[in-house]
Amino acid sequence: MLIIGEKLSIIAKRVREAMLKKDKAPIQEIATHQWKAGAGMIDANIGPAEDGGEALMEWMVTTIQEVVPLPVCLDTTNYKAIEAGLKVHNNQWGRPLINSTSNDPERFPMLELAAKYNCLVIGLTVGKGGLPADAGERAAIAAEIMARAMEYGVPLEDLYLDPLVLQIATSQDHALKVIEAVKIFKEMNDPPMKTVVGLSNISNGCPKQLRPIINKYYFLMLLDAGLDAAIADPKEMAEAMEERPFFQKVLSGGNIGDPQKELIMKKTIDIIMGRTLYAHSYLEM
Amino acid sequence: MAFVAPKESYSGKVSEVTIGTDKTISFGGENVLPFQSFEGTVPHRPVIAYEIQDVPPGDWPETVKSVYEAVSSDPVSWAKFCEDKLNAKAIALRLIGTHPDRENRSAEDAKRVVRDVLSAIKVPLIILGSNHVEKDSEVLVAVAEAAKDKNCIIGKAQEGNYKTITAAAMAHNHKLIAMSELDINLSKQLNILITQMGFPKERLITDPMCSALGYGIEYTYSVMERIRLAALTQNDAVMQPPMLGDVGTYVWKVKETQASENELPHWGSLKERSITWEAVTAAAMLIAGAELLIMRHPEAVQVVERFVDELMQ
Repeated sequence: MLIIGEKLSIIAKRVREAMLKKDKAPIQEIATHQWKAGAGMIDANIGPAEDGGEALMEWMVTTIQEVVPLPVCLDTTNYKAIEAGLKVHNNQWGRPLINSTSNDPERFPMLELAAKYNCLVIGLTVGKGGLPADAGERAAIAAEIMARAMEYGVPLEDLYLDPLVLQIATSQDHALKVIEAVKIFKEMNDPPMKTVVGLSNISNGCPKQLRPIINKYYFLMLLDAGLDAAIADPKEMAEAMEERPFFQKVLSGGNIGDPQKELIMKKTIDIIMGRTLYAHSYLEM
Repeated sequence: MAFVAPKESYSGKVSEVTIGTDKTISFGGENVLPFQSFEGTVPHRPVIAYEIQDVPPGDWPETVKSVYEAVSSDPVSWAKFCEDKLNAKAIALRLIGTHPDRENRSAEDAKRVVRDVLSAIKVPLIILGSNHVEKDSEVLVAVAEAAKDKNCIIGKAQEGNYKTITAAAMAHNHKLIAMSELDINLSKQLNILITQMGFPKERLITDPMCSALGYGIEYTYSVMERIRLAALTQNDAVMQPPMLGDVGTYVWKVKETQASENELPHWGSLKERSITWEAVTAAAMLIAGAELLIMRHPEAVQVVERFVDELMQ
């Protein structure tokens, strides 16, 4: 399991300010924390980065790799910024990952870059129009992306399919559809396709105290489905791995000798499986 | 071998709600999807309440305003007219005049109207605010007290004002409408928050927010449908209150109930068109799962009652 540390995102105020001021200290501190917590790669999300994207990505990649011996996941829609990051990326720590291509022709140049720089690339299973309705649509888009990757000369082993995790608070039925999609993706090639998710989006919009609970248990269910990588909080994921034996026991109807924890797990499983309707207070019911 | 129709059975049941004191009426209580009585029990037909207001309906289209011309300057005569002449089974008094952008009438004024209407009618009363979050929490608290022990429905409690309104409905023995804005998860959340205050879920009515035919009715329809499926198939206790379709107020705002024949000759008779618009919207809400409707035009109500007659056979 590859955990791609999610914390270096422009969405976080502290990171955004550091990016603006080109202040290395916070970036390096966060990168180091994630590495120590078990991340195998660090995501550098600089947003659409229409102005100065190239310089920013370059700076992010070198700033991270100065302190952390890990590859970087280059996260932006700006093709030129990705290329700038790839040029300075230190491949001694592993191959970089492009986040992401999709079935939208505007994102095809990412495949060109993946081929040119011999790196890994995420294929987000969305097209030009709208979100995929179910696991089947995700698989159909995945097949298109796989065909496109081969066309551009990207080996399928270097492609990570991403079924697009949606918010459980507003799109509850997609939680299970994404798990199904991971299972289908794995069967779409031999050797199996690699899969990745942007995990924390599942709990986006949920009350703060619920987020780690939903993230962890959803991650464990995806892991059972065969997930290979997750862009996530490595600290949370480490906790999840510790809880995994207990969680699997609860999933199969067993008893873990901690009724309170067991109830939290059961209720969260019911929410993910769509057996209970989600509400922010679902744990209190 | 003879054909045997497959039957679904459900683990949950919609709560049964009874309102009123002199004359009572009940709705809900079924353990099947709307009108599927061959699979279980449908103890009551849906209830249609006639909408009246605390102020004259100056903003209603002519087609429906003219019906109440002689009585609508006084809420008491209007309520009596609905009860005596239209055989209303319930009356919904909307205190629209309390809205700060309308007549901005006071909570005291509202109390007086509620008391007067209650002493004039025997059928159950639904008391609605003006849908202004702050003002409603003042007005509905006052009228809940004025209607103490009359077993009314008070509404609508929303995310921004449910605490005070719920406390008032609880203290004065009323039923309560909980409204959220077309979001099934928020609807469940509001019902949870209200019941966590100690309000019995058996006294709740869910309003997932209505919309008129052609103006997003499919959203209301699918939210209602999913609420009902959660109640029946998942036995989700907080999703089991009966549902309200507040039809009239949405329907009589849309172009189809207002545009004249001169303006749009190809749309046909305005009267027929607008009455049909209300009836069709109401029928869709019933099929989606509503047990309580609030409507305006008597002819539309009659059409819907006949529709229910046929479905209940």
